[in-house]
Amino acid sequence: MSSHSKLFLAVALTLGLLAAPALGFDFGRPAMPEEIKLWDIDVGPDGKGLPDGSGAVAPGKQIFADNCAACHGDNGQGGIKDRLAGGQGTLTSNMPVKTVGSFWPYATTLFDYIHRAMPYPTPGSLSTDETYAVTAYILSLNGIIPADGKVDKESLPKIKMPNRDGFIPEPEFDPAKLFRKK
Amino acid sequence: MTSRTPIDLLPRAANVSRRGFVTGLSAGIVGAVATEAAGAETLADVPDRGPGADLSAHSERSRFAKIDRIPESTPGKRNIDPGDAINSKTPHQKLVGNITPTDLHYERSHSGVPDIDPAQHRLLIHGMIRKPLVFSVDDLKRMPSVTRIVFIECTGNGWENWKKADPDVTVQNTHGLVSTNEWTGVPLKFLIDLVAKDKSSNWMLAEGGDGAGVDRSIPLTEEIVNEAFVAYGQNGEPLRPAHGFPMRLVMPGFEGNLNIKWLRRLKFGNEPWMTRWETARYTQLLANGKARQFQLRMETNSVITHPSGMMQIQPGYNRISGLAWSGHGKIAEVEISTDGAKTWMPAQLSQPVLSKAQVRFQMDWAWDGKPTKIVSRSTDDQGNVQPDRQSFIAAMGTNALFHYNAQQTWSIDEAGRVRNVLA
Repeated sequence: MSSHSKLFLAVALTLGLLAAPALGFDFGRPAMPEEIKLWDIDVGPDGKGLPDGSGAVAPGKQIFADNCAACHGDNGQGGIKDRLAGGQGTLTSNMPVKTVGSFWPYATTLFDYIHRAMPYPTPGSLSTDETYAVTAYILSLNGIIPADGKVDKESLPKIKMPNRDGFIPEPEFDPAKLFRKK
Repeated sequence: MTSRTPIDLLPRAANVSRRGFVTGLSAGIVGAVATEAAGAETLADVPDRGPGADLSAHSERSRFAKIDRIPESTPGKRNIDPGDAINSKTPHQKLVGNITPTDLHYERSHSGVPDIDPAQHRLLIHGMIRKPLVFSVDDLKRMPSVTRIVFIECTGNGWENWKKADPDVTVQNTHGLVSTNEWTGVPLKFLIDLVAKDKSSNWMLAEGGDGAGVDRSIPLTEEIVNEAFVAYGQNGEPLRPAHGFPMRLVMPGFEGNLNIKWLRRLKFGNEPWMTRWETARYTQLLANGKARQFQLRMETNSVITHPSGMMQIQPGYNRISGLAWSGHGKIAEVEISTDGAKTWMPAQLSQPVLSKAQVRFQMDWAWDGKPTKIVSRSTDDQGNVQPDRQSFIAAMGTNALFHYNAQQTWSIDEAGRVRNVLA
């Protein structure tokens, strides 16, 4: 955060506290919109939360080689950590291979996860465009977008992942039915 | 007043007469002396009394008590470098009672254990609410609190036995990813009222302050709103770092992964976020290639811990003991079979039996020295019965990886060696 925005926050927090009625916030303090933005990183399957920006497969390939291949292997296979590509058609076998291409139901989850948790030693260190680019590259490794493709906040939620219909919600907590009875 | 020995309080198996029981007991003691390389044959051999160590600021275990968790990875990956571990398992074969010692509570972390200064930790609550708020740890400690004993169980508990049973494993290897502690914190309901949640919000995202920022969508059912809490206390002390210091979500009866550690954000919405953890990871692949999703509740379960894998028993008296638990409620009954699930006898439950907490069960048994198999089967107060392996696998296949709660069978050979088997 820049010193400018820190100053903004400090002023906003002071004003917020002074403006709050004595019993309005007995516990905690009001959260300021500017600081909420810093932490509000989640992305929903409808694309809600995806930032502006975009990334293409070609730069994604280089960013992947520099930041991801050490654990996930070249082309997202053969690394010491999770395999990211291939595995289609193995889910009913005795040795299912669960990858982004064979198993993940939403492309939005891929952006969210790379952005929040990767690269493992320095999570959140990739820029928004770099994150879109790596997302595009991993999708292209799985044949989900073409080698000259790119993704952004408009296109990512529209991608239908190969295993999108591969999940059966447990009846007790089925989002389509829960809270709809009343 | 009639004096009763503790042994008289235990239920006896129907086939053990009083006389046979006493005979068996003696045989057992003789056997134990033989195998444990007698430390004190007569009272004259017991070391003299004398002044002990200085008093100390906190107590350590006896140097004679060797009890440790073991860091492990995915099924079959044992005896690994801690740097490659993804979990660390509770040594149930060395524990007694219902409560897991704090430092031996199992651990599952997805990006290591962060070193968090509580003075700099904050909990943000925002989303579909009227009053977005930021709380410090001290804020939480000033609020009304609840204290509750509950089990927390990794959904991977039991995963060694999906496809095969490695014979040379202990109950720590097979069932070390469940533990029971007393947790203290602020009811979720209190926080929900404080931030004035929109009535139309019925899902909540909980996110951790670890490197992975582990996050899960939680349905705000009446049960969850009434029972979940944000804990800062564990067995009477601040949470240990491995278990979420300075604050974590506790979700009694639900997947361990939902009990978000190092909690730093709660966001209210009206549909699940489909995070990596609830799509790619903690979903259960069935034989037909489809995966069960939002199987959030932990099932009715039990396991015999004494005798268990890699132990050796002697003919005669043996006490069978173990742990039972259910994410549905209280354990109502535990039955034990000593003939490979042909006949069953009720076990005694140690009090108190608490909802969504582990309870110890025990039963006397006279082993006749012939090879056999021992199994436990629990039933909870909602009528759920722990399934036998065959019907469990018929329903789930062998690829599900998570939510394994089939009955655990231990085989005993003619030498008394106890080993892991499928059934």
